[in-house]
Amino acid sequence: MAIQPALRRHRRPRSVSDNLVAYAFLAGGLVCFALFSWYPLVRGVLLSFQQVNFVTDPEWVGLDNFETLFADPLFWTAWRNTLLFTGLALVFGYLLPLLIAVLLNELRHFRGFFRVAVYLPVMLPPIVSVLLWQYFYDPGNGLFNTVLRGLHLPESAWTQSPRTAMISLVLVATWSNMGAATLIYLAALQNVPGELYEAAELEGASLWQRLRHVTLPQLRFVMIVLLLLQIVATMQVFIEPYQLTGTTNPDTITVMVLIYRYAFTVNHDFGLAAAMTVLLFVVLGMFSAAYLWLTRERT
Amino acid sequence: MNRSTLSRAVGVLLAGVLGLSVVAGCSQDPEPAAGGPVTITVNGLPPGTEAVDRKKFLDDKAEFEAANPDIKIDAREGYMDPKTFATKLAGGQLEDLFYVYFTDPANLIARKQVAEITPYLDQVPAAGQIRPELMKVFTGQDGKVYGLPWRNYSMGLLYSKALFTKAGLDPANPPKTWAELRTAAQKIAALGEGTAGYGDYSKSNTGGWHFTAELYSLGGDVAVKDGDTWKAAFNTDKGKQVLRQLHDMRWTDNSMGERQQLEYADLLQLMAAGKLGMYLATGDNLKAIVNQYKGDYNDYNLGPMPDGRGTLAGGDGFMFNAKAGPEKIRAGLRWLAFKYNNPDRIEHDYQYDAANKNPVGLPEPNIWTGEAAKKQQAAATKLANVPVANYKPFAEGSADIPLKLEPPSAQQIYAVLDTAMLKVLTERDANIDALLADAEKQVNSILAAV
Repeated sequence: MAIQPALRRHRRPRSVSDNLVAYAFLAGGLVCFALFSWYPLVRGVLLSFQQVNFVTDPEWVGLDNFETLFADPLFWTAWRNTLLFTGLALVFGYLLPLLIAVLLNELRHFRGFFRVAVYLPVMLPPIVSVLLWQYFYDPGNGLFNTVLRGLHLPESAWTQSPRTAMISLVLVATWSNMGAATLIYLAALQNVPGELYEAAELEGASLWQRLRHVTLPQLRFVMIVLLLLQIVATMQVFIEPYQLTGTTNPDTITVMVLIYRYAFTVNHDFGLAAAMTVLLFVVLGMFSAAYLWLTRERT
Repeated sequence: MNRSTLSRAVGVLLAGVLGLSVVAGCSQDPEPAAGGPVTITVNGLPPGTEAVDRKKFLDDKAEFEAANPDIKIDAREGYMDPKTFATKLAGGQLEDLFYVYFTDPANLIARKQVAEITPYLDQVPAAGQIRPELMKVFTGQDGKVYGLPWRNYSMGLLYSKALFTKAGLDPANPPKTWAELRTAAQKIAALGEGTAGYGDYSKSNTGGWHFTAELYSLGGDVAVKDGDTWKAAFNTDKGKQVLRQLHDMRWTDNSMGERQQLEYADLLQLMAAGKLGMYLATGDNLKAIVNQYKGDYNDYNLGPMPDGRGTLAGGDGFMFNAKAGPEKIRAGLRWLAFKYNNPDRIEHDYQYDAANKNPVGLPEPNIWTGEAAKKQQAAATKLANVPVANYKPFAEGSADIPLKLEPPSAQQIYAVLDTAMLKVLTERDANIDALLADAEKQVNSILAAV
């Protein structure tokens, strides 16, 4: 286009001295990133090839840490549990916010109240949410079993049974986090042009058809982005299994819990924990790359 | 180099310089100049919420500093926490002298994260009167000493006098075998209203700890030394018996309550709330039950370990940061010799405790031998302010029960054994053979590194 060369002429590089203030601001950001993001990242990767005791010099051990990881049966258990948690969290935590957002969007009264109600759990510190649910799940006098008992329904062991432990964790995570996704969906829904619905109604489209052919296609981009972000977030689940079922329960041990266990509770081996972190980083990196690629296409 | 490359390079350089300076700033304080006062950092300062203990600590510190003007004590709150230990050590924030449980020294010594103190032990005149088996906890495979014990405990059966009476049991005559314990638990659970006859742990390594105590009581071992190496020794009939009896109490008798996945504080709370009949504990649990959970010393009794073929002995002590030099180690040992390893100060400490309603006379094994042991016993008898008669079954029954120390890498092993405990207490059809076989494999791999 004709305007491009003109813009380029205006953006001619100025000398470094003209931009000293800008560089000073930039340096602050760079220093923070270097110290708190890049340095730990590089250090973590190096650590995965080392044996350390933080007193003597680190010892290079090549791929030993990774070999130890692959030989540990808990390694596979943790990945299997993490994928199960992620899958279940998507079933509940991905579709439920969409459904609630659609319902909220249809509401004519008390919309503000319900929005706040849905978002409220997000404002609770995560540990508070988990402790609250720990009380709900108590098989003796917990809220859920008290209600079930009152209704003469069979009680559940919730987090204490291998059959229900994982789903119990997913429910906590979903309740705690779905408010944010709901609000994002709601914002996206309110950007759907009203004319599309009017046209669909004139064509005699039913509620389901409007949802299927207008709402969902219009939300497609937001849904894909949220899907990727949710995968990245749920694969790092830690606080729910850590607090509700502990670091020694093989039914709910996740990758993050195993990293914690390697470093702090069982092995006290930072090299092993770093190796596991590197693997998780690679997996999450692929999802993050997909997210970046998608958002770049859009913008 | 173009402009953007230059700016990136400048940014990275700045970050690098700043990063290096921060890392350098984290290094440990250097040793003091010769002749100057030595400042040592120590932990174990009680928090402000424990006003009586805190005041005692600070008074002791002032008295010590007045008597030793060449030493300054920089006291910090908290104790050694395995979760933060390595990061504190790496960041130069680990105290010069720090508190440890008996479960930690073997690992810290193996990882070379603590300083040897053998050449400086003359700073602690009473060190020779400490029981040799406890000194062994702080001694490396190389025969060198890396720390000193402070207190020792052994497990027994803590039980509720009120629930025993209500269930028609004799509080003066606690169960002597696991079979008797099972019957007593059934009677207590039959009281209803959510009362559990017997409680046990299965979370945060406490399950493995109690499995070990229960196995020791049957005469079993968690790990045994085979030449120069250690091997798991719990996948035996006795190990299976421990899990089988817990499983049967939980699922056949329903005498352990619905609520499982319990960790340390849970059983103390249940006992204080009058909802638990019995659990395995050490005498110091009573202090927490009374002070933190509003129990009453008169309501609880302590008996010996059922079957009594061994009892788990644990304890705590102090070790030195690997980066501490000779001056700091000498100063730290003088502080230990004054405050913690000082038989001449036991009566003084008990007097303070008695005057401030801290318990004196709770049952615990003596760390001392010889004259020091006599001094401790005399002071405890003279100043006891708890119902010592409630602990008579423990004192009499435990006298002949051999003390068995925790296995090497205890916390790691306990974490593995937690799983077996959790499974039998939460799964009706738990496969005990498979659980122990799996745990054995994992524990052997942990012990291979000892």
